[in-house]
Amino acid sequence: MKILVCISHVPDTTSKINFTDGDTKFDTNGVQFVINPNDEFGLTRAMWFKEKQGASVTVVNVGGAETEPTLRKALAIGADNAVRVNTEAKDGFQVAKELANVVKDGGYDLVIAGRESIDYNGGMVPGMLAELVGANFVTNCINLEIDGTNAKAVREIDGGKETVSTSLPLVIGGQKGLVEESDLRIPNMRGIMMARQKPLNVVEPVGAAVETASVKFEKPAPKGAVTLVSPDNLDELVSLLHNEAKVI
Amino acid sequence: MSVLVYTESENGSFKKTAFEVASYAKAVADQMGTTVTAVAINANDTSELGKYGVDKVLNISNDAFKNFNAKTYAAAIAQAAKKEEAKVVVVSQTADSKYLAPILAVSLEAGYASNVMEAPTSTSPFTVKRTAFTNKAFNVTTIDTEVKVVGVSNNSFGLVETSGSASSEDFSPSLPESGVSVESVDKATDKVTIADAEIVVSAGRGMKGPENWGMIEELADVLGAATACSKPVSDLGWRPHSEHVGQTGKPVASNLYIAIGISGAIQHLAGINASKVKVVINTDPEAPFFKAADYGVVGDAFEVVPQLIEKIKAFKAANA
Ligand SMILES: Cc1cc2nc3c(=O)[nH]c(=O)nc-3n(C[C@H](O)[C@H](O)[C@H](O)COP(=O)(O)OP(=O)(O)OC[C@H]3O[C@@H](n4cnc5c(N)ncnc54)[C@H](O)[C@@H]3O)c2cc1C
Ligand SMILES: Nc1ncnc2c1ncn2[C@@H]1O[C@H](COP(=O)(O)O)[C@@H](O)[C@H]1O
Repeated sequence: MKILVCISHVPDTTSKINFTDGDTKFDTNGVQFVINPNDEFGLTRAMWFKEKQGASVTVVNVGGAETEPTLRKALAIGADNAVRVNTEAKDGFQVAKELANVVKDGGYDLVIAGRESIDYNGGMVPGMLAELVGANFVTNCINLEIDGTNAKAVREIDGGKETVSTSLPLVIGGQKGLVEESDLRIPNMRGIMMARQKPLNVVEPVGAAVETASVKFEKPAPKGAVTLVSPDNLDELVSLLHNEAKVI
Repeated sequence: MSVLVYTESENGSFKKTAFEVASYAKAVADQMGTTVTAVAINANDTSELGKYGVDKVLNISNDAFKNFNAKTYAAAIAQAAKKEEAKVVVVSQTADSKYLAPILAVSLEAGYASNVMEAPTSTSPFTVKRTAFTNKAFNVTTIDTEVKVVGVSNNSFGLVETSGSASSEDFSPSLPESGVSVESVDKATDKVTIADAEIVVSAGRGMKGPENWGMIEELADVLGAATACSKPVSDLGWRPHSEHVGQTGKPVASNLYIAIGISGAIQHLAGINASKVKVVINTDPEAPFFKAADYGVVGDAFEVVPQLIEKIKAFKAANA
């Protein structure tokens, strides 16, 4: 089985979010970039398939050279090789089209992406990619088993979960549950050394059109201070929620 | 040329988000000088949509749509959009609509903006404001394709009633091979779910153990709210994983979010910040949640929550 794991390179959640150039660009100054958490669960599940069932694992990112340390980290965790599509990621559709080209070229059976990335939270790429390559698609995936070309997946739904059956080729939007947090791997010294030798192929983009364009960023208006209510005066809380906030 | 809106229903009744996206579609249609057409799938009474600005309903009633399937639903909506020559297609951001929207966008060759917070500030170029960086910022985005898909964040635009009425027309789209079939569903059917809830009552490690959740459920009950929890609580097995909210759990965009014994870590807030009004109950006045909340009670949940339940019961009785 050939598995492709899509990795988005995102600011760590605890990063301060600031903008430059008249609020048109994300300020990367002092920001720590990580593998998107949802993708880390997916990568670890891919390693499980490799070790238990035999599979090759390729990681891919659409982005500039600055994302290579993130791909190297994925290699150090255990992926066999990496592909970077050399273009700035500007919108979900453009990224999905570039990834579709990689999927077609490489003949992957299973593509593991994340439910959403924590930077733009688009939740767009995996579904678009599936539709572009004509693969089946399961999102919010919390468990995945593959038997030949048959797949069984569990997905989180509102208020519970559902089990679905489908088949390869398949794209999933994964999240925690694919593996547990305790299964996540921290690259060790040997992994890091080996990652340096593993192939990281830079491919040129097909030049997919960008269909949405970021004009500028805004920060939410600063929040007013919290209104404290004494625990001995909860009638006031009820009254505030009813009369002021109008939520009950 | 009309604006098309997918109005989601469950067991024959429209979800509240259906009326919200209909209201949104009406606002867009007014800006563009056109009408609103809704697609409804197996809904019992489509006339309700008229109240929220829908002029015409394409009514699909077919058992093949009984279970939600992203691909077949997206195909039906895409066919409706083509039939109506819609340039703008509006969907909600429920789990189902988030699942189908990217597929829909590809089949319409449309640019898609998700998590949109407000009506477009301009329709040419089509400019919307969406959340980014786990609600820590907004991104103003243009959609530059001829056909556009807009995903409207739940509880962001609100409901706008009009005096119109909607005509209804049967619509029978052709169905693609679905590729994914549901084998079994494991879901509590008698409870309000987080995604649909207007009010969410959420509790954290401050509750000490699963045996103390009775009062959390009771508070949710009197408010008609859904229950949720912080990540450690589901990791410890005190509550089911489907209740875990935050960056790695479910997103919450309710009108009211009540956090009990939750410290307010950045990863927790990332998933619930889109909620309108936040109330925190915590013994520690230094808990970071107080900085993110609108109302706060510094106190012991074991004393505050039972009293709050009584006060709300009294309030409900007085206002019934
Ligand atoms: C990559 C990553 C992703 C994460 N994703 C999530 C996520 O999606 N969701 C999430 O929730 N967390 C997430 N976390 C964990 C997060 O950082 C916090 O550890 C977690 O939210 C803390 O949960 P808590 O507030 O329930 O517990 P604690 O931090 O232990 O807080 C308990 C609170 O209860 C209060 N308390 C104690 N007794 C009482 C009482 N009797 N009455 C009232 N208050 C009381 C305490 O003062 C304290 O503030 C993530 C962490 C990482 C690293
Ligand atoms: N630039 C990118 N390169 C590779 N994969 C990506 C990229 N952007 C998004 N993805 C994948 O798509 C998932 C969902 O991202 P998004 O649609 O941006 O929320 C991520 O978790 C990744 O698996």
